[in-house]
Amino acid sequence: MNAPGITLDQVGFAYRDTSFLFDHRFPTGKVTAVMGPSGAGKTTLLHLIAGFERPRSGRVLIGDTDVSAMPPDRRPVSMVFQENNLFAHLSVAQNVGLGLDPGLRLSTQQRTAVSAALDRVGLAGKKQRLPRELSGGERSRVALARAALRDRPVLLLDEPFAALGPALRQDMLTIIDAQRRERNLTVLFVTHQPEDAEAIADTVLFLEQKGNSLSGNAGDFFGPLGPPAFKAYIGMAHQKLNRPAPPPKPT
Amino acid sequence: MTDRRIWAGWTALLFAGVLLGGAFAGMLFEVLRSGGSTGGFDFYLARITGFTLWQAVLSTLVSVVPGLIVARALHRQESFPGRSLLLGLFAVPLALPAIVAALGLLALLGREGLLAKPLNAVLGEPWPGIYGLSGILIAHAFFNMPLAARLFLGALETVPADQWRLARQLGFNARQTFRLVEWPPLRTSLPGVAGLVFMLCVTSFTIVLTLGGGPRATTLEVAIYQALRFDFDPARAALLTVVQLVLAGAAVALLGLLGADTDAEPNLSISARRFANGGRVQTALDALVILLALIFVGAPMVAVLWSGLQADLWRLVGENAVRRATGVSLALAAVSGLLAALLAWSLAAARHASRSRFSRALFGTGASFSLVVPPILIGAGWFMALRETGQVFTVAPVMVASVNALMAVPFALRVVRPAFDAAAARHDRLCLSLGLRGVNRLWLVDWPNLRRPLFTALAFGMALSLGDLGVIALFGSDALKTLPYLLFERMGSYRTADAAGLALLLGLLCLALMLAANRLGRDREPA
Repeated sequence: MNAPGITLDQVGFAYRDTSFLFDHRFPTGKVTAVMGPSGAGKTTLLHLIAGFERPRSGRVLIGDTDVSAMPPDRRPVSMVFQENNLFAHLSVAQNVGLGLDPGLRLSTQQRTAVSAALDRVGLAGKKQRLPRELSGGERSRVALARAALRDRPVLLLDEPFAALGPALRQDMLTIIDAQRRERNLTVLFVTHQPEDAEAIADTVLFLEQKGNSLSGNAGDFFGPLGPPAFKAYIGMAHQKLNRPAPPPKPT
Repeated sequence: MTDRRIWAGWTALLFAGVLLGGAFAGMLFEVLRSGGSTGGFDFYLARITGFTLWQAVLSTLVSVVPGLIVARALHRQESFPGRSLLLGLFAVPLALPAIVAALGLLALLGREGLLAKPLNAVLGEPWPGIYGLSGILIAHAFFNMPLAARLFLGALETVPADQWRLARQLGFNARQTFRLVEWPPLRTSLPGVAGLVFMLCVTSFTIVLTLGGGPRATTLEVAIYQALRFDFDPARAALLTVVQLVLAGAAVALLGLLGADTDAEPNLSISARRFANGGRVQTALDALVILLALIFVGAPMVAVLWSGLQADLWRLVGENAVRRATGVSLALAAVSGLLAALLAWSLAAARHASRSRFSRALFGTGASFSLVVPPILIGAGWFMALRETGQVFTVAPVMVASVNALMAVPFALRVVRPAFDAAAARHDRLCLSLGLRGVNRLWLVDWPNLRRPLFTALAFGMALSLGDLGVIALFGSDALKTLPYLLFERMGSYRTADAAGLALLLGLLCLALMLAANRLGRDREPA
């Protein structure tokens, strides 16, 4: 399968008194970490690609197709939100099944596919559970299972693991990376965690406050010669995480 | 030092207790004295009870179902031009005295209303007017449909924006969206909303009094009033009161069972979340629903305005009786509002100061029983208690002011308590460390912080009291007439133009007070 890349061609967008201009290209089959301070437009960028927001000017292209005017469900895109990915009154299997048919009239074959998708994210025994009976990590995995089943070549993730602990986040990243390799997905994910980005991102898009942006190879960004602005942004968090805790002072 | 606040709370509860206890005592006394000669549960009583329930069930249906449809349309059409106007309009019935609305409906749909001629033409026979069950239902829908719509809208707004995005990404059609996204929160709030509306309709007095026609469309509360004021049959009134109490109590128990939230105050966020959805047909249908709601809620108000302006307002305003009634109304409302604000403040302070969970609950919710016991019942109890003493009309002003104050307390408490708790959390320790207490603290710290919410409570209490026709219907006399009472009198003596003019005055007065209450309440928020 040849998954298409994404192009934002001079995409202008304004909300209230903030305006953005996006002009980026995301290569096919790669994982891009979208980072930057709050309010820099990370989520807006994802919403423009998914079709929840319409650009005021410019074009959004997926592959060679201009999708700027296309409704969200017609776009070759799946998006996983930070929370609220599941309908609280539907079982895990039903929530995943919605990805195949919003009326939930599934053939036997489709039911098997739902099961298989859930098996693959390690939820084999929890198909009939309700979302509230799952942990936060499990809920995110249900969302990923549905995204896999919908089989759209672009996967957008908006801080999907913000509420998870380090071990669970690692699990998620592994699942995403596996899906990406298996189906040659183009993945964009918004994160505040440098180590998440370092773990699976091929490229980094760094959005700054004033509409500036930097992008490049993830290895370069996290290497010793990474852009200073990016270093400054991740600096605090990074140091705290990498430096061993100071020994307790004797009192 | 803390004790003083607790004492204030106990005083407030004592006030409520005496008011209620006196009413119960009066009723009990009457039942005992008549010794079973009350006629028992006869056919008449059965019919009235049946009608009370029947009209409440129907009223609930005609309020809740359209309310749900309107809420859904409003929620979907976020950028509809008339949306904020309609939401503003939907808040008006809450502020409008029932008698004013009743008059508006009569001006519109009465036998000689604005629409009577066209209806005559359509029907080919004289339009009979909307007295009786139809009038009651329309009036109840006028009050409660907007309330239900606002509550449902609040429920719909709890759906996270991401769920809507998800629905669009998965390509749900309108039916699937309703079933999977909109219906779950609506279903959750449905029992509560229906229960609340049912409760309000079971205890509705003024609407039935003014629009119910004759013995065939009479509810328990109106029958109590008639038994006391016209038939001089306190024994029957006592029996009716017992039945109504049981009914209201059962309704409240049901409400509690359904897990209803009796806080009828949704958060109306008009924030645009911008998820245009649905096709052109859907949008057209929504527009139609919104337009119909606008007409349904707006038309009676326009009718009040229109027929009020037809009246000779200058002569009315110059009339001695009107001037006196306005003065009496404003004075009683002021006392009542002030009392409500003070009671709320006392309860909030006592709740904050008390340590045990029991007393906290007592001070926190103790006053909301006034939602259970309608004012007419308290009034009726006292009326019976005082009947023998010949003092009924002497204590009338006290009754009117204090019962209405008690009715306003739950609402006042909802404004005052959060403000009090927030202020206390911010200042308590500082005041303790500075030794700031008593009058000094009151003057320097508490008053500046609580001034606005207290004024909100005051204005709200005033508006509520100003429009009331429950207690005054029992206790009113030539010596004590309020505006609603005078209005009711003029209606009864077919001085329609006068009544229309008075309704306009009364409506504007209440609306102004409610606006003031809202304004004061809102400005507080950003601080």
